[in-house]
Formats: sequence, C-alpha cells, structure tokens
Amino acid sequence: MAAAIESGEVSVREVVETALHRIETLDVGLDAFTLVMHNSARVAAAHADTEIATGRYRGPLHGIPISIKDLIDVAGVPTTAASQVTDRSPASADAPVVARLKDAGAILIGKCNLHEFAFGTTGEDSAFGPTRHPLDANRSPGGSSSGSAVSVATGMATASVGTDTGGSIRIPAAACGLVGLKPTFGELPGDGIVPLGPSLDHVGPLTRCVADARLMFTAMGGASLSAGSVQTTPLTRRLGCPRPYFFDQLDDGVRATFEQALERLTDDAWTVSTSPIRHARDTATVCLHLLLPEAAAVHASSLDRHGATYTQGVRLRLEMGRYVLAEDYARAQRGRAVLTQTVDDALGDHDALVLPSLAIPAPRLGADTVEIAGRSVSVRNVTLRLTQLFNATGHPAMSIPCGLTTGGLPVGLQLVGRRSHTAQLLDVAEACEQSLFLQQPT
Amino acid sequence: MTGDDWLDAAKADAQRRQLPALEPLLEALAKATRQLRAAEWNLNAASRPTHDADPPDDAPTT
Repeated sequence: MAAAIESGEVSVREVVETALHRIETLDVGLDAFTLVMHNSARVAAAHADTEIATGRYRGPLHGIPISIKDLIDVAGVPTTAASQVTDRSPASADAPVVARLKDAGAILIGKCNLHEFAFGTTGEDSAFGPTRHPLDANRSPGGSSSGSAVSVATGMATASVGTDTGGSIRIPAAACGLVGLKPTFGELPGDGIVPLGPSLDHVGPLTRCVADARLMFTAMGGASLSAGSVQTTPLTRRLGCPRPYFFDQLDDGVRATFEQALERLTDDAWTVSTSPIRHARDTATVCLHLLLPEAAAVHASSLDRHGATYTQGVRLRLEMGRYVLAEDYARAQRGRAVLTQTVDDALGDHDALVLPSLAIPAPRLGADTVEIAGRSVSVRNVTLRLTQLFNATGHPAMSIPCGLTTGGLPVGLQLVGRRSHTAQLLDVAEACEQSLFLQQPT
Repeated sequence: MTGDDWLDAAKADAQRRQLPALEPLLEALAKATRQLRAAEWNLNAASRPTHDADPPDDAPTT
C-alpha cells in the first residue's frame, strides 16, 4: 500500500475512505471501535495527499490508516479506557507514541475498544460492550487490546497501537492471527497512556506482518524509518524452547499446530532445543503480587469515589490489590529479579526463545473456565500463563501467526529476545515468518 | 503476620466494606501468597541458601 501511495497510484483520501467504509460495514456487531474519527481522518488525508503532491513524502507510514487503543491519549478526543469511571473531557495532547506516528505520516482512523482499564484478557468488561471475534461472534478476540486486534484483522485499520501489562498485545494478536510486539520494558514512552501496573506496562504495535510491526515500532520510537526496514543482525538460527511449565496446560489443537510450526522451522534450517526457564512455576504468583498492588495504587482514589461504577470483575481485582502486604510486594520484586536472570540464562546463545503465545484458541465469551486435558482451568489464568513472565522481566516478546487449529482458529508463536535488543527480535521474527510462510501448504 | 491471620483480617474488612464478593478472591490470593512465601529464592536472614536448586518439575521435556 505504501508504494502505491508514494507513486500516486492510489490517494490517501481513497485509502482512508476505504477504511472508513469498512468500519461502517464491518464494525456493527464487532464493536472494535469506541470512536471513529471520520472528520479528522479526512482532514489528515487531504493534507497527506497535498504533501505527496508537493514532494514531501514522509515514508512508508505516510497515509496509512491506524487505530489507537482507547487507553492512549489522542489530542482533542476523550481517553475512555472503556470505563464509565473516566471523564469524557478531551485529551490536551497526543501521547508521544501517537505524536511520532503522526509525524511519520500515519492517519488516525479511530480509537479502539478494550477490557476496562486494560485489566482483563478478553475484552468482555467494557463500557462499550464486548468486542467480538471476527471469525466467531461467540468468541472473544482476546484482550485487553481487543478492538485493536479486530480492527487490524478485518482491515478496518492497517495497524494499531496497543498496550501489554500481562500479554494484552500478544494474546489478542495470537487469537486473531496477527503480529503483536511488546518491546523491551521502557523502550517506548508510556506518557499519555493510562497506567495499570507501571512496572509492567508496555506499549507496542499490532500488525498483519513483522515488517509492518518493525515500521510501527521504529516510528513509535522516534527513529527514521529508512533505517528501520532492514535486517540488522546475523542470526544463528538457534531457538530455545522452554517446555517445562509452559507446555503443561496447552489446548490439544494449539499444541498440535505449534509443534507443526516447529517442524516447519526445523525443515528450514532452524535448530530448536529445549531450554527450560528455572523457577518459571513461580511466574503467576510473582506477577500477581506485582500487578495487584500497583493497579490498586493507580486506582485508589477512583475506587473510593466511584467504586460501584467499575465493572464488577475489574473492581474486585483492583480491590484485591489493596490487601497485598508490603512484605509480599517486596518478595515479588525479589522474584522478578530471579526470574529475569533465569530468562537471560535460558536465552543463552539462542537467537530467541520460542513458545506458544496463547495456550487456548480464542475463548468463548462469558466463559470463566475452559477444559484442557480433562481439567477445568480459569480462562484468565490460562490466557496469561505464557505471556506475563516477560512483562515482569522486561524482555521483548512478540507473537506471530503460525497456523490454525482444526477448528479454524488462529494459533500464535511467541518469540522472546534479549533485553534492549528488540530490533534483533524483529529480525528473528521476520526470518521465522518467512520460514513458516514458505513451508505452508498452498 | 501469618497468612491465616492476614486472610481473616482481609475477609473481615471486606465484609465491613460491604464487598462480600471479594472473599473467594481473597482466598485465592492467600493461596498464591503462600506459594510466594514458600519460594526458595526468598531472602531469609536466619537461613542463607547454599545452592539455588530448581523446584521439582514433572513437566514433559524433549
């Protein structure tokens, strides 16, 4: 699309009108958007066309329609966080990641639905109603960046910006067959974004391919896109697979599809060896004791004034955090440090770690539990199981599509890279994507 | 404060605040906290670990 825009084969106005038309026709029933920015998108499109006509092409995001999770400030419109608790006054400025995307020429098409305050993995608890999966309206697209994922999966936007505190970019990316990137902690600025767990919060893109994720990540970091579109590091093509703990609770269809993906990688000269992450079984309790008190602190005054206005599930989880003792938060911080070292150890000399992104296919809306190997397990726990460790440790992690279950639902393959080496992780992901794509039956 | 003392106090406070729906969540949190406190990597002034063994693991490996 970028080449067609640059050459004038297609105008930005046409691209934006197509996106708006898709939203108008497809979003009824999906509820991916909380706000469609018709007028400002059309004004920006006209401006973008004028720039191209006068020789001021900004790069591969020039004129590309993108959506923004409604947890992130866009100047002039409210940031609702999909909650009745937030006021509806417009944000006074763009979040830096938004401003940088606009500088790169992207067109903001609208703001996307999410699980209230990003505190959930399904998108069900929202003041705007649940976002529905585009392949099955009875299923969740995953969350909390539920609307972002659906907007990209359906072509209503070319890319989206989401946030990820325990997996909220990678989970919906996996459930919807997309690429989702959580960079290294702190690599992209979190200013202008409603926090959930400030030591766990990340912002990143959801896209249809790794190349687009690289463009978005590069632009969101404020770097030039001309240097951001090429592979930067030589790869050993060695991947470590942390099977213990992470493979204990996997849906049979997800397991089969993921193992087939590993076979396609090894068929294309990748070496995949087991590389356990020590103490991984402590992941859930460490993350719980980090997130709950941090979220409670962020929401304390709102809980006191508007507690009954939150959705019940989100309110109760926030209230739970008010009971975590300081000594247990300190223990969790110690656990975080230990786990960070063990992930570094597991990475060793591998290019990346590889594991599934989401242990189950897109869950059914309204389901609190799901059956895995004859056991009933919590949907919330199992959706977080494979992703949240890397929020605590800060390692960059991303989900890429790796196939479908026999039921036709997408499965995600998660890659985890070294801290502060997100560009290298993108290199690995792009190479894996090529291997998986080349090996897929036509 | 022991885990049991904490749970009793937390549940009583939730009742006082008219949030009875919190009770099962607090019980789940208490279970998670017991696991956190039992983790071998915890610092303990009276008992310094001499090694850093991996926890038991019955997961399949290949």
